[in-house]
Amino acid sequence: MSFTLLLIQCLNGLQYGTLLFLIAAGLTLVFGVMGFINLAHGVQYMVGAYLVFAFHQLTGSFLVSVVLSMVAALLFGLLLEHFVFRRLYGRDHLTQVLATFGIIIFLNELAKVIFGPATLSIQPPEFLAGSIQLTEQLRYPVYRFVTILAGLVVAALLYVTVTRTRVGMLIRAGATTPEMVSALGVDVQKLFMIVFGVGAMLAGFAGVIAAPIFAIEPGMGDNILIIAFVVTIIGGIGSIRGAFLAALLVGLFDTLGRTLLTEGLELVFPPSFSTQVGPALASMLIYILMAVILVVRPQGLLPAKGAA
Amino acid sequence: MKARTKITFASLAAMLAMNTALSSTALAEEVKIGMVVTLSGPPAALGQQIVDGFNLALEQNGGKLGGQSVNLIVEDDELKPDVALLKAKSLIERDKVDIVVGTVFSNLLQAIFKPVTQSKTFLISPNAGPSTFAGKNCNPYFFVTSYQNNQNAEVSGMIANEEGFEKVVLMVPNYQAGRDNVAGYKQTFKGEIADEIYTPLGHQDFSSELAKISTEGADALFTFMPGGMGVRLVKQFKATGLGDSMTFTSVFTTDETTLPGQKDAAVGFLSAGNWAPDMKNETNQAFVSAFEETYGYVPGGYAAQSYDTAMLIASALEKTGGKVSDKDAMRKALEAADFTSVRGSFSFSNNHYPVQDFHLLEVAKRDDGQYWTTVKRTIVKDYADSLHDECKM
Repeated sequence: MSFTLLLIQCLNGLQYGTLLFLIAAGLTLVFGVMGFINLAHGVQYMVGAYLVFAFHQLTGSFLVSVVLSMVAALLFGLLLEHFVFRRLYGRDHLTQVLATFGIIIFLNELAKVIFGPATLSIQPPEFLAGSIQLTEQLRYPVYRFVTILAGLVVAALLYVTVTRTRVGMLIRAGATTPEMVSALGVDVQKLFMIVFGVGAMLAGFAGVIAAPIFAIEPGMGDNILIIAFVVTIIGGIGSIRGAFLAALLVGLFDTLGRTLLTEGLELVFPPSFSTQVGPALASMLIYILMAVILVVRPQGLLPAKGAA
Repeated sequence: MKARTKITFASLAAMLAMNTALSSTALAEEVKIGMVVTLSGPPAALGQQIVDGFNLALEQNGGKLGGQSVNLIVEDDELKPDVALLKAKSLIERDKVDIVVGTVFSNLLQAIFKPVTQSKTFLISPNAGPSTFAGKNCNPYFFVTSYQNNQNAEVSGMIANEEGFEKVVLMVPNYQAGRDNVAGYKQTFKGEIADEIYTPLGHQDFSSELAKISTEGADALFTFMPGGMGVRLVKQFKATGLGDSMTFTSVFTTDETTLPGQKDAAVGFLSAGNWAPDMKNETNQAFVSAFEETYGYVPGGYAAQSYDTAMLIASALEKTGGKVSDKDAMRKALEAADFTSVRGSFSFSNNHYPVQDFHLLEVAKRDDGQYWTTVKRTIVKDYADSLHDECKM
């Protein structure tokens, strides 16, 4: 494997990682701050993708649809919080899992009713559609560079917000001792709503920027939700820094694993065996990583401060 | 209170008795056809095409096939073998259907095959064509109107030979049908296989696979990525600019179910198939225009095969005078395949799998902005599947 190919695979891993981070960030905040298990978080990703598709049909401009979709995703998250999730905070985790699972089924079916079961797609804007020639054989799509960049910018913004601003301070405080924050006169209910809305918007944003790369279909958020949980666990629940590190780690592990593992096995075993075992092993890789980290460091790589 | 319950029960019993009496009189006049297809989850579009194709045939003939009224009962197998089995059993035992039409996916066909054929009910598959029932496990009650699964990949290998590809990369999802396609391709392709790549089923991001492929200097890619996987792969393939250096060939990846998502990215891509909506025969042109008018989208192979299935049943019912009860007569009538297929030539091999032409297809954009596949040229004529010799029936 040449150096450029390795570089490209790293870029791919980075791109996958930043996408995962956008989803896992909301998940880890909602769970860390509110102690709330939200299985419907993956559905927000799907909602984002469908929103950008719908707005693109209406307006014809990609950038305008991105902005509109993010606003709509935020509103949608707030509505869900107001009408459904607010009633579940006091309940046990099993109830939360059941209720949010119900929302997954409901929204997946709703997407099918509105947009039909067929796979949809949208084009990236014209000025991002090309690809950059890296070497004679290797090219990298401009749009993917932009998604990496967008992901990193959002990560930085989020980090600054959580560590440097008053709201961020309240979020961190709320995560450790919500009773004390409440006793100090902070409206915890409102704080939760903000956290939830922002989480939903981030997942929606991930769906928006993923839409031109992947296809838009009902149920598209279900698989990525599982990976987002893996990221949350590896990074340490409630920790934004942990989620970022874990997302990049999982992204790189998964991407490089899929290419290097089969080739690596071929050095030792016959090709027929390697093509049988390699792909199977590669798809297990991130779960093995999670298992190892759970054994070695059960609290996650960078646990949120103050959390037990 | 007690008396009231009694009355309710009595009236209920009376109602039920009346109901059965009614339905048994109705039974004598109509043929019941049960359909088991996937109508939920991402592949729902495929099942929908099959339902629509069959319904079109029914509508065109005033709810009748071969002069006989038909009662069509559609069931969703949810892409789960256990659900498919349950639905098939209830169709046979509760609804007492005469014919079962299904399924979309081969693994679901495996699940319903035994109970349906053992009850001596005719099972006609409008799409799934597993090789398992083509050879020595062929069955007198089982018919396939689509193809045998390996055939499309075998034809793809022939296409590669004709197009002069010397080095080809194969990429398929890591499950039975994916590996079957690789095996079928290798059977006929004479050049060098540069690499075999197996991705997880439902794979999202092909970027790392595509990067690897671009370094291998192959002439062509052969792939089998049905549904959403195909949409993602085609778009990502296009975005990397790989199309300049290699040809994209596939089966079930660029068809009428995925083209609405792939759009311009797929134009010019090649595939192998037994049918395309632009085929010039009269039956086909009438079918495609009627289908588009009724359902508002371009039919794919699934719809065409389903339409053919309905026409096949119609031709058989006409021969038997609308009766399915004489199983031998019905089987003979089905075997004759005395109908005009939208594919042009169509007949059954001794194993009840079709003998038909296979073509090189190319994706094109129509003048009205819709996308479809077109026949570029015919690759093999009257191609029977390779296992039919093993069938003793």
